[in-house]
Amino acid sequence: MAKVNTLKKLEALRNKILNNREKYRATIVICGGTGCQASRSGDVISEIKKELDNHGLNGSVCLRTTGCHGFCEQGPLMVIEPDNLFYCHVSPRDVSEIVSKTILNNEIVERLLYTDPVTGKLIKTESDIPFYRAQDRHILAQNRQVDPCSIEDYIAIGGYAALGKTLFEISPESVVQEIKDSGLRGRGGGGFPTGRKWDECRKAPGDEKYVICNADEGDPGAYMDRCVLEGNPHLVLEGMMIGAWAIGAGQGYVYVRNEYPLAVEHIRVAVKQARELGLLGDNILGSSFSFDVEIARGGGAFVCGESTALMASLEGKVGEPRPKDVHTVVDGLWHKPTTLNNVETWANVPAIIQNGSSKFAAKGSKGSKGTKILALTGCVKNTGLIEVGMGTPIRTVVFDIGGGVSNGKPIKAVQTGGPSGGCLPVHKFDLPVDFDALYDAGSMVGSGGMVVMDENTCMVDVAKYFLTFLQDESCGKCLPCRVGVDRMLEIITDITEGRGNFEQISLLEELGDTISQTALCGLGKTAANPVISTLRYFREEYETHIEDKKCPAGVCQELITYAIDPESCTCCGVCKNACPHDAITGKKKQIHAIDLDLCQKCGICMTTCKFDAIIVN
Amino acid sequence: MESNNLDPILEGRRSQPHQLIEVLQDIQEQHGYISEESMVTVSKELGMPLMEVYSVASFYKAFSLKPRGKNVITICTGTACHVRGAKLNLNQATGQLGVTPGEVTDDGLFTIENVNCLGACALAPVVTENGSCHNHMTPSKLRKLIRSLQKRGTEDISNG
Repeated sequence: MAKVNTLKKLEALRNKILNNREKYRATIVICGGTGCQASRSGDVISEIKKELDNHGLNGSVCLRTTGCHGFCEQGPLMVIEPDNLFYCHVSPRDVSEIVSKTILNNEIVERLLYTDPVTGKLIKTESDIPFYRAQDRHILAQNRQVDPCSIEDYIAIGGYAALGKTLFEISPESVVQEIKDSGLRGRGGGGFPTGRKWDECRKAPGDEKYVICNADEGDPGAYMDRCVLEGNPHLVLEGMMIGAWAIGAGQGYVYVRNEYPLAVEHIRVAVKQARELGLLGDNILGSSFSFDVEIARGGGAFVCGESTALMASLEGKVGEPRPKDVHTVVDGLWHKPTTLNNVETWANVPAIIQNGSSKFAAKGSKGSKGTKILALTGCVKNTGLIEVGMGTPIRTVVFDIGGGVSNGKPIKAVQTGGPSGGCLPVHKFDLPVDFDALYDAGSMVGSGGMVVMDENTCMVDVAKYFLTFLQDESCGKCLPCRVGVDRMLEIITDITEGRGNFEQISLLEELGDTISQTALCGLGKTAANPVISTLRYFREEYETHIEDKKCPAGVCQELITYAIDPESCTCCGVCKNACPHDAITGKKKQIHAIDLDLCQKCGICMTTCKFDAIIVN
Repeated sequence: MESNNLDPILEGRRSQPHQLIEVLQDIQEQHGYISEESMVTVSKELGMPLMEVYSVASFYKAFSLKPRGKNVITICTGTACHVRGAKLNLNQATGQLGVTPGEVTDDGLFTIENVNCLGACALAPVVTENGSCHNHMTPSKLRKLIRSLQKRGTEDISNG
C-alpha cells in the first residue's frame, strides 16, 4: 500500500474510501466481539458470506464484522444499514431469510427484532431500545462503524485527522493544555488528571521518553478495555500518538492481557496496518514526528495493572511494584520518563483534540468530565457494556439501562470498582457515577465494573471472594498486603464457617485501616475496601453470621444444609443423576433423600430440580 | 526438549532479557507448559541467570510448569460469574473428575483451571473448553460437555 506521508494524501485516501462505498446499497454489520463470538456469531458470518455469494450480492452489499456493540446479552447482534435495522439473537438459520427478505425486498423479519420487555412492543432500531436510549455513547458508538481489522474503516470515519491536526496545527505544549482544560481523568481506576501527568512527563529531563497503554484489565467483572481495544484499536493508537507527540516520546508499548486473544490479535493487525501506511514509523505524515509501538502480552498477574509493576513486567521481570517516591513520569520504564494511561483514557484523546476540550468538558459532573464506559453485569436484565455521561446516577444505570431485576429477587447492592472498590446498598443508588462521590461513599468508579447483586448474594461471601482473589494475586513484596490480607481472609473465613465472634469485626476494621495506610502500591492500599464497605453498609449480615450462625442468603456452605422437601419431590431422579458426589439416594417412585455425610454442599442438585424440592436449611 | 525446538521462538529475541515474558508466552502456547529444559535453554539464549527465568515463569499465572491435560477446561470465577453461580460449575467439574484446579486427571485427559476474568461478564457464567467459549454455563451443561470429551478421549485411545 502506498505510504500516506502528507495530510493531503490522508484526506485523498479518505475520499477514495468513501467514494468506493457508494456502490453499496446496504451494509450488514455483525458483531464479532468476544461476547457475540461465544454466542456463535462466527457461524452467522460464514453463512452471510455464503448467502451473499449465492445471490451475487458481493458487489452491492457490504459485510462488516465489528467489535462489541455492548448489548452482549442479546447476541449475536446484527445491524443493517442504511436503515439501521436492529436484529438480535441471530442464528445461522436466519441468514437466508434476512438476505431474501430484508436485503432484497426491504421487508423486516419481525421475530428477530428486539421486544421491549415492559411494553411488549417490537423495536426496529438500536436508538429506540431503552438499553441504548438512556446511554450517551461516544467511544462505544464508533465500534459499530469500524471493522477493527480495517484501517480504511477507521480513516473513513475521520480517523487520524486529529493526529494530523496535532502535528501541523498544535504545539506539544498546547496539546497538554487542551487535555488539562478538558478535565480528563484516568479511566483505569486512579482517576488522576491526565493533563497533569502529561505535563510532568513533558517537563521531565531526558531525550528518551515512553508512552504505555495499560490494557492489563485484571479487574474481575470489567471488560471495557477489552472491547475498546478489540473493537477500535486504531482509536487507541491515535490517542497514544497524540500523547507521544505532546510529551516527546518516540516509542510506545501496549501491555495487553493474554486472556484477551482477540484484543491481542486486533491491536497487532492495527499496528501492522499503521506501519504499512506510514502512520507509524519515521516522519509521520511528513512531519518531524517519529513514533512506533510494540505489543507486549501480560502474564496473567492482577498486580501488573499497577503502573510500576507493569513497567517491571515490560522489562521482562517479575511484576512487583516499587515505591513511587519518584513518579514514573520522571523515572519509569528503563528509568526514563514514562506516561502510562489506560485504554479508555487514550481512546478519549482524539475527540478532545478534534472537537476541542470545551465540548468534552461540557459533559459530566463538576470533578469528573466526559463519559465513562461501564461493564454492567450480575443480576440485572440487560447486561452488557454501556457508556454514560459522568455524573449519571447509579439508579439510572441499574434500572433504566439495566432494566432492573433479572429473576424476581430484589436488588440488594452494586459492587463498583472491582477488588479495590466496594459495595453500595440500594439506598445509595442516587449517588452519581463520579470519581469523588463514589470515593466518599467508600467505593470507587475504578475501571468501571458494576456488578449488581440481589438477595441471593451474601455480602460476607462477597467480601471473602475478593479477599481470596487478593490473597491469590498479592505479589508478596510488602508485608501489609501479603500478611494483612491473609489474616483478614482468615477472620472472614471464621465468620462464614460459624466460628466468628464480635471482637473480630473491630479487628477487621483495624487491620483494614493499617493495610490502607501502609501497603506499598495502590492495589494493596485499597485491598481492604470490599470488607470495609460491606461492614459499613451490611453489618447486620456479619452479625447474623456470628450470632445466629446463619447465612441469610443461603450461600456460606458451612452454615447451611440441603434437604429434600418430601411434599414437592416427584421422585424424578434428576438430582440423583446430577449429584457429582453420589450423595442422593432414592429408587424410582421413592422420595429422594440427601446423605449429609456424603453431601459436599455444592448446590448442584438445587439448580437441577425443576420442582423446587431442594431446600436450604 | 532439544534447544532446536525453541529456535523459531527465540529467533530475533536472543540476548534480549526483556523479551523473556514474550518468549515464555510462546513456549507455553506451543508446548503447553514450560519445562525445566526449556528454561535452561531460554536462560542461555537470552543471556540471563536461570534463577531469574524461573522466578518469572513461576510468578505469572499464564505459565504452567507441569504438563497439562489433553483438554483444558477453564472456569471463569470473576465477580460477575461468581454472583451467577461460577462456584457450581467449579464444583461440578472438580466433583465429576475428582481433581482439584490445576491438577491433571489420572488418564491425562483433563485439567481444570480457574481464571479470574475472561471479560465476557455479560454472558456469565462462562467456561472455556480448549479455548472455545461457552456462555451461560450450568452444571448440567458442563456435565454433558465433560462426558462428550471423555467419550471422544476413550475413542481416540481405542482407535490407537
